[in-house]
Amino acid sequence: MTIEFRLNGRAATVTASPWRRLLDVLREDLGFTGTKEGCGEGECGACTVLIDGEAVNSCLVAAGQVSGREVTTIEGLGGDALHAVQDALVRFGGTQCGICTPGIALTAARILAREPDADRARIRELCAGNICRCTGYQLIVDAIIDAAGHIKSEEP
Amino acid sequence: MRPPGQTAVGFSLPRVDGVAKVTGRARYVDDITVAGMMHGATVRSDVGHGILRAIHRDPAFDWTGVTVATAADIPGQNVIALIEPDQPALVAIGNTIRHPDEAVALVCAPTRARALAAAAHVRLEIEPLPLVLSVEASLHLKQVLHGDDNIFARFEVKKGAGTSAAGIDAALAAADIVIEGTYETGAQEQMYIEPQGMIAIPGDGGIHIIGSLQCPYYVHKAMVALLGLPGDKVVIQQSVTGGGFGGKEEYPSMIAAHAAILSLAAGAPVKLIYDRDEDIGATTKRHPATIHHRMGLLRDGTIVAQDVDVIIDGGAYVTLSPVVLSRAVLHAAGPYRCKDVRIVGRAVATNAPPHGAFRGFGAPQTTFAYERQIQKAARAVGMDPVAFRKKNMLRPGDDTATGQVLTESVGSEDVMAAAEKASATPLAPSDDQVRRGRGVAFYFHGAGFTGSGEQRLAGRAQVALTAGGDFEVRSSSTDIGQGTLTIFTQIAAAGLGVEVSCVRVPEPRTDDVPDSGPTVASRTCMVVGGLVDRASRKLRGRIEAWAREHGHGDAPFIAAARAMAAAEGEVTADAQYAPPPGIEWDDKTYTGAAYPVFGWAACVVDVAVDVDTYEVTIERCVHAVDVGKAIHPIIVKGQIEGGTLQALGWGTLENVVYRDGRVANRRMTDCIVPTFADAPEIETILIEKPFSFGPHGAKGVGEIPMDGPAAAVANAIEDALGVAIDEIPAIPERIAIAARGLSFSTEGPHTP
Repeated sequence: MTIEFRLNGRAATVTASPWRRLLDVLREDLGFTGTKEGCGEGECGACTVLIDGEAVNSCLVAAGQVSGREVTTIEGLGGDALHAVQDALVRFGGTQCGICTPGIALTAARILAREPDADRARIRELCAGNICRCTGYQLIVDAIIDAAGHIKSEEP
Repeated sequence: MRPPGQTAVGFSLPRVDGVAKVTGRARYVDDITVAGMMHGATVRSDVGHGILRAIHRDPAFDWTGVTVATAADIPGQNVIALIEPDQPALVAIGNTIRHPDEAVALVCAPTRARALAAAAHVRLEIEPLPLVLSVEASLHLKQVLHGDDNIFARFEVKKGAGTSAAGIDAALAAADIVIEGTYETGAQEQMYIEPQGMIAIPGDGGIHIIGSLQCPYYVHKAMVALLGLPGDKVVIQQSVTGGGFGGKEEYPSMIAAHAAILSLAAGAPVKLIYDRDEDIGATTKRHPATIHHRMGLLRDGTIVAQDVDVIIDGGAYVTLSPVVLSRAVLHAAGPYRCKDVRIVGRAVATNAPPHGAFRGFGAPQTTFAYERQIQKAARAVGMDPVAFRKKNMLRPGDDTATGQVLTESVGSEDVMAAAEKASATPLAPSDDQVRRGRGVAFYFHGAGFTGSGEQRLAGRAQVALTAGGDFEVRSSSTDIGQGTLTIFTQIAAAGLGVEVSCVRVPEPRTDDVPDSGPTVASRTCMVVGGLVDRASRKLRGRIEAWAREHGHGDAPFIAAARAMAAAEGEVTADAQYAPPPGIEWDDKTYTGAAYPVFGWAACVVDVAVDVDTYEVTIERCVHAVDVGKAIHPIIVKGQIEGGTLQALGWGTLENVVYRDGRVANRRMTDCIVPTFADAPEIETILIEKPFSFGPHGAKGVGEIPMDGPAAAVANAIEDALGVAIDEIPAIPERIAIAARGLSFSTEGPHTP
């Protein structure tokens, strides 16, 4: 079937089985390979995308479910410049091997949009669906806290 | 004017691959597509031991467009070349299947879905043999799996009275107190978030392989033997790699072999990417170990004798087990003064999938055992655990169990001072529901290859002034997340005296880079970084000499380099490993300098244990590590914190369950690793005791954070509950056994 949705702020149309995983439609049909597959069962969060602003595992979403909705992948976060979270992840050492990073950046962006005052413990709770095996998480939490400060200081 | 490059080291520049990674532009193997590419899948045995009698294709399946390959399609030797030639790429008909999930046949098809469907329609006919699932059964020779004794390797360290079993018995008998314990550590899954994968592209009478890997030249060696090709017809290229931790040290040769066999059979490029369950089920894990440790003490707390028996489960093939065992044995007496030592280690064959490299490489297992012993010893003589360690720890001038006299870069005093300071903070109080406790651990880790390994390898690195006037570092050291590309940029910039922006470090491919050895053993920064440092300085000298001779003596260095590149084309400088002076190791007697230098660390962990559920919450973790010199402080901190959490996970919740030799929990849902919510805030303290032979004083740091935190957490649980935790992971069920004497089977219920 033809699925119409918005992808990173633009209209997108794809012809695919509505049961196909959104992850595969993004990676294979549309070439958005920034969304990664780590486990295929919603545990690791490497395939996180935002659907209408909510962080979701794209390996658990059937493509038909995004019809008419707004999907944001890592390629759509930040636009021309880096998003504050992406910039902080680089500066603070919040990315090592990088395979979990797109998912964590999107989850963190969602946290900062909805709960800009989240403290370290709350950030850990909200990020618990994204697994990183490299960092021990410490520097990622540091980065998200720093990005929250930058975003708040830029607000009028 | 001071050249700008001099400030490159010790400064945390943004990692050079950072922007590509945070924007999703970094290309991992599964992000790469090649024209005409087919997708592969692997047919595996569900039996752990048996004779392969036949391979059948289901006649009801439509095989159009599907290629099936077996051992008969291998052009060269059917072996994964590493140490011993005992592991086949595919089990041939009539030969023995030695572990569950062993590869038997391969299929490829235009789509991955078709390949997986086809693989499910290949049926194996196997005549089963009895399984050997434990090292005890193996040592009792229930079945002969290897040689005539099922022992892959045996190593002994003998010091003083430890020269004989009777001698160490006498030394222990003469001690005032003997602490004796048996310690069990479980298998551990590396759980890199990027599953393993390779792409093989045939052409020009050779093969080009792109994939997720740590050691390009290991894969190269394996492909030359398997495919019967000359070395220059095999090109191995690393793609951006999503974590390794040792798990992508030896197994990538197997996946490359399978992709290559399929691509030659099909005459097309083949991509082979593992699903998570296949990755967990078939690839290597940390060796399970059983360690029996006896420690003799004087009443004043002096350690006088140690007798250690180390057994590791090697699984079905030799792979890297002898090397893992060697490191386990060489660390088994710990960083403590002791005049009489006997350590005997054996790596034993079983029908488990081969165990292999994982960060720490044998040392975490023996560290867990000796640091549990130390905890018990301190209590037995009524000493504070920090004071007991300080009394016995190695200091400059002391010698190790192999008789290696420590001369420089000995951080024991500094890391223990940090542990002492951390221990001064009062522990939060216990209450009716939660018992709190504190544990300490202290350990060392030999950096670089054991003994004369580096000398035998004689790794090389190259720094080039390219024809375009840029600088490029060429080595086979891979960046698997630990920051190789960034620290080599810094080291080269410092050596050349240029800005970091003038230096490029490409991901290695074997036709472009020399063999610098594998990316293992905490050797990348210290050993290969040292070569990059020397090559950079050599190149700089060559450019400066040329500039003087050609009238550019007054020009800025970069301008002189560009003029030289324009006039001469590419200019390169190589460096090859030479051992530090005075480093001597005897492989026959296992005596001498086992390592060029050691890293030192101490960890303090506070836990809260729920008295009803026995759940452990790690409330505080302080880790002090002597790194020699932090080339990039943030990257070093990230290495330590990541390793610390892997160790805490291994100690508390990472539990690989085997059923009939097969991994039973092969999904991230049940084969768990710590999440953001499980992880404590980790306080990292960097200690810098420079190593004169390392680049800018740096020494290996990749593995040491993995060695000790599991013991620290077990010591803390013991402190909280008053019961010994001698088996890890200390999952609540195990703690309940220790605390209440309950019975419990790690096997779980058997399915009919």
